[in-house]
Order: sequence, then structure tokens, then C-alpha cells
Amino acid sequence: MKKFDRERVLLAVAGPVIALVAAILLTSVVLIASGKNPFEPYALMLEQAGFSDVQVLIVNQASMYYLAALAVAVGFRMNLFNIGVDGQYRLAAMMTAVVGAHVALPSFLQVPLLLLVGAFTGAFWAGIAGLLKVTRGVSEVVATIMLNAIATSVIGYLTLDNIFGVQVGNNNTTGEMNESGWVPGIDLGPETGEIYGLVFLAVLMGVAYWVVLNRTRFGFDLRATGESETAAAASGVDAKKMVLAAMLISGGVAGLSGLPLLLGDAHTYSLSFPTGLGFTGITIALLGRNNPGGIAFAALLIAFLDKASPALDYATPVAYEKEIATIMQGLIVFAVVISYEAVRQWGLRRQQKRVGAELAAEAGNNNSKKEVAA
Amino acid sequence: MKILYGMQKPDEGTIAVDGDQVSFHSPADAIARGIGMVHQHFMLADNLTVLENVVLGSEKLYGIGGGARRKIREISERYGLGVRPDALVEDLGVADRQRVEILKVLYRGARTLILDEPTAVLVPQEVNALFDNLRELKSEGLAVIFISHKLGEVLSVADEITVIRRGTTVGTAVPSETTPRQLAEMMVGSELPTPETAESTVTDRPVIQVENLTVYAAGGASLGIEAEPVAVGGTGVTGGMTAESAVAGEVKRVLDDVTFTIHAGEVMGIAGVEGNGQTELIDALIGLKSADSGTIRFLGEDITPWPTRKRREQGVGYIPEDRHRHGLLLEAPLWENRILGHVTEKPNSKGRGGFWLDPKAAQEDTRRIVEAYDVRTPGIDVTAASLSGGNQQKLIVGREMSHSPKFLIAAHPTRGVDVGAQAAIWDHIREARREGLAVLLISADLDELIGLSDTLRVIYNGRLVADADPATITPEALGSAMTGAASGHLEDVEAGQEGDAAAPEDEAR
Repeated sequence: MKKFDRERVLLAVAGPVIALVAAILLTSVVLIASGKNPFEPYALMLEQAGFSDVQVLIVNQASMYYLAALAVAVGFRMNLFNIGVDGQYRLAAMMTAVVGAHVALPSFLQVPLLLLVGAFTGAFWAGIAGLLKVTRGVSEVVATIMLNAIATSVIGYLTLDNIFGVQVGNNNTTGEMNESGWVPGIDLGPETGEIYGLVFLAVLMGVAYWVVLNRTRFGFDLRATGESETAAAASGVDAKKMVLAAMLISGGVAGLSGLPLLLGDAHTYSLSFPTGLGFTGITIALLGRNNPGGIAFAALLIAFLDKASPALDYATPVAYEKEIATIMQGLIVFAVVISYEAVRQWGLRRQQKRVGAELAAEAGNNNSKKEVAA
Repeated sequence: MKILYGMQKPDEGTIAVDGDQVSFHSPADAIARGIGMVHQHFMLADNLTVLENVVLGSEKLYGIGGGARRKIREISERYGLGVRPDALVEDLGVADRQRVEILKVLYRGARTLILDEPTAVLVPQEVNALFDNLRELKSEGLAVIFISHKLGEVLSVADEITVIRRGTTVGTAVPSETTPRQLAEMMVGSELPTPETAESTVTDRPVIQVENLTVYAAGGASLGIEAEPVAVGGTGVTGGMTAESAVAGEVKRVLDDVTFTIHAGEVMGIAGVEGNGQTELIDALIGLKSADSGTIRFLGEDITPWPTRKRREQGVGYIPEDRHRHGLLLEAPLWENRILGHVTEKPNSKGRGGFWLDPKAAQEDTRRIVEAYDVRTPGIDVTAASLSGGNQQKLIVGREMSHSPKFLIAAHPTRGVDVGAQAAIWDHIREARREGLAVLLISADLDELIGLSDTLRVIYNGRLVADADPATITPEALGSAMTGAASGHLEDVEAGQEGDAAAPEDEAR
């Protein structure tokens, strides 16, 4: 039995490693094709990772990526593709900023309130897609993509000056949030920067994700539905209820993913608030195999690519385009999808063979003529 | 069959076509060698015409326009298939679709045709028409491999019969010198343990009572009756019961007014050609399909509106007919599969309402099942997919029996299971029956049905058309009822002695 455990770990690690190696090699090919040194950029970026201020940036960015990727992963675990994490995240961040600017409670109430607002807004937005799927059979992919676009318009409308907007310079913001809603970070000195307090929320959500999926009935139903919808239905899972629940949870987590930045640093939702977090989250969830530990590694990796690449532009004597990191992220997605499927099939076949072999050996020992698994 | 068509590679052995040794890497190789296959489940696009379906994937042969149409007409005429190239496939009946499939294969130049259970979906008249087509093909010099478990058909259409059992050839026979009985013996094998049940354990305590259960074809009921008229065979070959129930404007009833009662300690067997409503009956009983009318009572309680989970919690066990689709999570470890379907019950979960999973206890219990039901596996952490079909089935049987069900739906409980495991599964069912389990047994293995059941019903076209006493019935008599040729009481000498004579069985239908 130990052997099979080790085997599973091997299989779990083989996919991402193959994918990363392939992505790096392909990026090098791109570099060679454009007449650049195919290895130096990696060295430059790794060097960046040694600086503590870059490390703080990476951790902070990773916490947001982590939450967004968890949101995507919840959907993936039951074969739902919530491609609308981005819209849910932006709308939730904006609503939280608005509530934070207009409600002033003591800190111990204000922060939980803001977290709830974020989660509920995200859940509400994803829930629309969930409801449409359950009642009308609308594909959640289509619905959530459209809701992304609608979210953009809704945000544009709500941040108008005569609604909730506050003009600061030529930036539309939602106004400064009340200080009771700020979450203090860990200050590592003026040179290094501050780690968001809500990084711990991300860690907590990761733990909760694992516990719910692996240790509760609900999680089992959810995973069963993802692995085989028909078998889950026959086992008594109400598919519609599960779809709705999974979408709500996914949206809720998505709604939280902007809050580390909002409550920890920005304190207002503005035009300069990052977008595309939800899409990066899809990459990360894929790379992390929907596993909370794997997602953490993947989030750190992608955050590293993000935060270490700008230095490439200023490298001496030869500057590189920082878009190399973007190319690499794209290649990772490709490589991940292909290598995971290959490793999965290879692993299944390999296990079938080994089970067959072990049984044959056993049958030989017992002189039994019983069947042997093929 | 899969190997012959290039879908799977042989581990050993050779295939020779026209004397040349060949090895196929994909179905394309097989097609190039003149081997064509007609699958049991048709692979046609409903919204395309016959012509489009036929040229799909082999556009290079005769183009997609006039040339292809001429070729289709030519093939159709030469073999008397009667296919119209411009008809929409969705307007065609089952028999016509099958002819399109055959034409598709011929169009690609096949000289050897493999037909996989081609008659399972046809009514007798259509079967005869198909046989005429096949004889036509034969006289034109083509070879046909006809795979079927229906002895009568094989005997009437084949020139040579090869009997395969559990993956090996057990013998060949010439139809003119063989009786169905001999063939059956070859198929079943003499060393086979008989599934006979010794003494009757039927009580008068009803466990499951089904009254007037009716289910419409998928989508029919919810879309309104007019929305989904059943496609009536285009050439008028559809006859008998099919035409009767497919009156224009009416939705097909896949289950039609089914009524029966199973008592504690009783095994009721249902015989029938696949696709006559068995799947729908199982789905309605387990709660995957809701009844359009009629009631299901379980221990006196009306469970018709209950969801699947509640039914299972209350003691409805389920051995599904397709274990891969409905019984297992193939890529999950065995112990998670042990939880499947019983996630709210001990030992799989704990806490109020079974909120928390209890992996330790579930693993422990999986080990017990593996031991007690002789599931051959190196451990409980391997995936279900890596076990052989028989061992998967043993795990499922063990899982369902572990929750001491009061009513067991056993669909093909020993399909694809080796002889030893088959006997063990029968033993488990018999033992539970002694302790008062009610069993609905659905099987294609007539000997299993006859041997294990206390009462037998025959399902045909969604209705229970006949009943029989397993003590006196023969597989042949049962077989003829399965094709709709006979109805009412079979062997009615014994009729009065049946345990459930009280159940109103509308025999005159």
C-alpha cells in the first residue's frame, strides 16, 4: 500500500514538473528565435527573488492569486468552469470599498462586515450563473463570461461621480475607506515593505478548502459529481443543488480575493485596481492540480514571474522584454493541460498493469487459478 | 471485436485478412483493410441527412455531392437497403438508422462486416428484414460477423457459429446440425454453478409495491405532450407494438402502466431484450427518473416523491447495470468508492446528519469488504479502474450488502464476472433473501433469472407482458415472450401457486 502512495505522489509531481520544464524550454526557444541569450533572463529573474522587497511583493500578490485560484478550483472539482472569477472579484472589491467608505463601525465589526460584503457580492454574481444553469441549462462558461462584461459596466456606472464615485485627480475612485476597516499588515521596515494582514486569510481559506473537500460529506458529494456525474446522481447527489452550491462558494471565494490588497493597501477601488486576477487564477488552479498545496506553489511561482520580470527591462548590459514572463505563463498553461492528461493516462495504465502483475504473482503463490486483472 | 476493428491492440495472437497477416493501430487501418463495424449504439448525427452522415469522415472517396449520392443509391439498390440519401436521420426509425449504419460501412469499401448485437433494438419484423439484408450481402460475397446472445437468431442467420465464453473460444458449430439447447450448453458451460435457490423464503410482507408506474420518453413530459412526437419509421417497417404506442402526437411511454409487488424474501426476476424499459424501471425505482404517473410504495410508505439519497438511506440497495457509469468513481481509490452512495451512513461519516467524513472507519470497512467478498486487489488505495470488472462488481455488491438493504435492485449483478465470483454473488443474494431481502433482478442471463428468481416477469416495450413460474419455465419459452411473441401466463399450469397472485397483473393487454 505504501508503494501506491509513493506512486501517487510521483504522479502528482510529475505533471507539473514536466509542464514547467517544457514551458521553460519553449520559452528559451522563443528567446533563441528572437536572437537573445536563452538562459540569462532566468538568472536575472532568480536574482530578483533574492531581494526582500521583491519577496514581499511576491507574497502579497500570491495571496490574491491563491484566493482567486481556490475559487476556480472549487468549480473545477465538480467540472464547473467558473471563468467569471474576474468579474466576481472586481465587483466584490468595488462593493466592499463602497461599504467601507460609507459605514463606520468599530474595527472588530467593520472588518468582518467587509469580508462578508466581499464574499456575498462574489457569491451573488456567480449565483446568477448558477441559477441560470440549474433552471435554464445555460452553460456556466457562457454565463460567467457575459457576467464579466456586465460587471465591468456595472462598476463603471457605480463609480460615476453622482453615484458612489469620488474623483481623485483623473482617477475614478470609490473614496477612501474608513480606517476601522483597514487591516494592518506585518511591517518589515521601510526598505522592505509590508505583508498584507489578509495573507493569513488566504492560508486559512486553503486549509478550509482542504477540510471541506476531503473531510465532509458535502466535499465528497462535490468531488464525486466532478469525477462522474452519473455515478454521483445514482449515489443520491442532487446535481442541481450541488451546481448552485459550488457556484456560490466559488463566487464567494472569488469575492474575497481582492480584499488583501483593498483592506491592506489600496483602501479604495479605483481605475488602477488590478484586473485579470481571475484569469491568472485559472492558470494557477490548473498548475496546482486543484490541490491547496499545489495551488500555493503555483501562486508563488506566477507571482514570482510577475514581480521579477519588470527588472528584465532595466537589465545591463542587455535588456530583455519583460513580456518573456507573459509568454512563459501562456506556455505553462499549454504544457500543464497536455502533460497532466498524458501523466494521468500513463498513471492509470501503469497502475492497472501493476495491479495485474501483483495479483498474478499472488495467484501464482496460492496456486489459485482465479482470474487476473487485465 | 474491438481488436478486430483496431480499437484495441492484441497482446498476443495474429489476425489475417485474405491470408495476409495484419496489425491494426486504429479503426482507420481496419477500414482500409475492408473491415467495417456497425455498433450497437448508432453513431449518426441526427440533424444531418443520410448523405451527409455517410460521407462524414470519408469525403475523399466520392466527394460530397452527386458522386456520393449516386454511390449511395447504387449500394442501396444492390443490397436492397432502401435508403434515401436525402432523408434527415432524425426522421428515421431505428431499423432505418441501422441500415444507414450498414450502408456507411459498405460505402467505405468494407468486405467484412461486424454487427454488434444488431437485433437488440429491433422488433421481430425488423429483425427479419435485417436478416434479408444480411443474406443479400452474403450472396454478394461479403463476410458478416454477427454477434448476438440470442440463440434463435444466430441459428437462423449464420453459416457457422463460434461460441465465445469468458474470452476464449469454446467451440464452433454448424447451425443445421445444432439445436438451441446444445448451443446454450456451449455458451453456459457444463461446469457452471447453477444459480438455483433451494427453498422458497417468500413471505407475505410486501416491501416494494409499484402501481401503474408510467414514465414518458426523456423530455416528453416536461416539454408538453405535443412537443415531442416519436419518430415513426419512415418506410413503414415499424410494426406491431411500436407502431401502436407511437401514435402520432403522443409521447412514447418507456414504462407503461407497470404494476408489481415484491415481498420480503422474494426475488422477482425481469426478463426482456435490452432497451425495453428495464433501465427506466431501475431509474424510477432508485429515483433518478421521476414517475410521470403511478406510485411506488416502500414498506407501505409512498416514496414516489423521495429523492435518491433518501431512498438509499432508507434501505434501497442498488447494483447498477453499468457499473462504470453509475456504480463507481473509476479514478478514486477503492475506499472512496466504498463511501459512494452511502456517504451519509455509518461507517463512512459521523457527526450530526453525517456531516463529517470518517475516512479511517471507511478504510477499515473497505478492508473488511475486500476480505469478505474476495475482491482481488493489492490494497484499498488503488483506483477502481485498475481492478478487473469482476472485482469491481464484487466491491459494489459488498458495499450494497454492507448496509443491510431491505430492497435490492440488482441489474445484471454477474455481468462480466468470472465463474467463482458469480457463484459468490449469487450466494450473497440468496443469503440476504433468506433474511428477508426483497430483490428486483434484471438480467440478460436467462439461466440466472430462472435459477435465482421466485417469480418472473417479462418486460416488452415498457410493459410487463407476461409472467412465469421459474420452477417450470424454460429459457426458450422465456425467450419467445421477450420478443413479444407470447404474453400472459407462461406455463399456466403452475399459475395459481405463485406467491403474488394477489398483485393485479393485467395480462390481457
